[in-house]
Amino acid sequence: MAKKIKAKKNGQKKSPLKKTSSSQFDSLLQLIRMTSTIIPDDVQRVILKALEAEEKNTTAAYAMDIIKANMELAQKKSQPLCQDTGTVLFYINHPKNFDQMAFTKNVEKAIVAATKKGYLRQNSVSSLTGENSGVNLGPGHPSIHYHQHKKEMVEVRLMLKGGGCENVSAQYSLPDVTLEAGRDLKGVRKVIFDAILKAQGKGCGPGVLGVCIGGDRAHSHAHAKEQLLRFLDDKSPLSDLAKLEEEVVMTANKLGIGPMGFGGKTTLLGCKIDHLNRLPASFFVSISYMCWAFRRQGIVLGKKDEIKKWLY
Amino acid sequence: MKRINYPFTQEAIRELKVGDNVLITGKLFTGRDAVHKYLHEGNKSPVNLKNQIIYHCGPVTLKDKLGKWRVTAAGPTTSIREEPYQWEVIRDHGIVGVIGKGGMGKKTLDACKEYGCVYFHAVGGAAQVLAEKIKSVDGLFLENLGLPEAIWELTVEDFPVVVTMDSHGRSLHDEVFKVSEEALKKLL
Ligand code: SF4
Repeated sequence: MAKKIKAKKNGQKKSPLKKTSSSQFDSLLQLIRMTSTIIPDDVQRVILKALEAEEKNTTAAYAMDIIKANMELAQKKSQPLCQDTGTVLFYINHPKNFDQMAFTKNVEKAIVAATKKGYLRQNSVSSLTGENSGVNLGPGHPSIHYHQHKKEMVEVRLMLKGGGCENVSAQYSLPDVTLEAGRDLKGVRKVIFDAILKAQGKGCGPGVLGVCIGGDRAHSHAHAKEQLLRFLDDKSPLSDLAKLEEEVVMTANKLGIGPMGFGGKTTLLGCKIDHLNRLPASFFVSISYMCWAFRRQGIVLGKKDEIKKWLY
Repeated sequence: MKRINYPFTQEAIRELKVGDNVLITGKLFTGRDAVHKYLHEGNKSPVNLKNQIIYHCGPVTLKDKLGKWRVTAAGPTTSIREEPYQWEVIRDHGIVGVIGKGGMGKKTLDACKEYGCVYFHAVGGAAQVLAEKIKSVDGLFLENLGLPEAIWELTVEDFPVVVTMDSHGRSLHDEVFKVSEEALKKLL
């Protein structure tokens, strides 16, 4: 699979899109296209493993086969993996003296172009009037997160997060009396499984969890989502969290929820947990659920704003 | 693998059982949140839905140079949001099938039994595989609701789905939920 993706990327050099990718706009448009149409390598590997794990001739295996066919077809046709192209979330790491306002303009331009080309669906709706902007721009859209770093290069990561999986994302405030979840890792574990149970069938599983323990409500959710930027095969550097990450996946896959909630062996593909400090009075646990159509990619921009490197 | 072909009939629908893999050939109408709300508010449907199948889907659509629509991505959206309305649409409009993802609740299950309708689960996120099964776009209604929310009339061939709620009162979703809840109790 790794080879295949590479071949495609090289192949795209011939396309007019890639040839002219010497401006921020072109590089960003290319990033959107790749993100919308190709599942990153680290995620593909785990999905294919999950397919093998399902028993043959079950509904679960049938669903995983369709998922595999879908990944291949989307890549071949360079069309969106899923029709819900999600919230457009950009994460940018940049050196000092970087012009954020100019960059934001190019991001917006690239989004409008990507919508016209069908890499993104018209997905931005006014919460007051219900009107669809038609170009994926509006209050809160896109969501751009700038972060200054010490390196000289600009890294741009993009995540397209669909509504179905966002709707089953959750936030708990510990202690939770109904779940008997206290303010410790045991309590955290309990609410994570509550979220998994409730998400079944709805978030297009098998999915991946990003979890944040602590923080204020807003930061906690944002940080949970950022965990989804980690490679699927990495581990938390904190041994307690690394253990919990692994155990959550193992246990979830014993619940029999399976792909799409059809019943089966794979309920979760991964779980990434981190923590933030909290106030003495609060203890939030935020869970960001990502569907199997895990669309995230990233690029490093070169001196001329060309794509120098792909990050996933 | 079972098949159902257009025109769809109550009899064919009643024969389907939870767990059946089905290939649908014929006509589908998309309809999601805005359409269901619209019908629920008592507005007249712009198409006759009697014996038709509704697909919970907001497709990605492109118009070509000749003004012809093409669907380029068309997976199911989460159905439970239509739970307050679906039973009514089944009762008042006589639909015999609902395609979506994630399953629906008791009201819909009861309506499926009473009026003869099934819930087909399409594989969520499989927008390309499913779009390939769309052979033509035959109509666009309620365009003012926004393109993903409008009613698209589509002809499909061998559209792959799984029956997860049948017209006999069975729901795979309820069954899997119970099993997983029990399993979790032991593992917590
Ligand atoms: S949850 Fe993910 S795969 Fe499912 S419809 Fe939404 S974006 Fe697509």
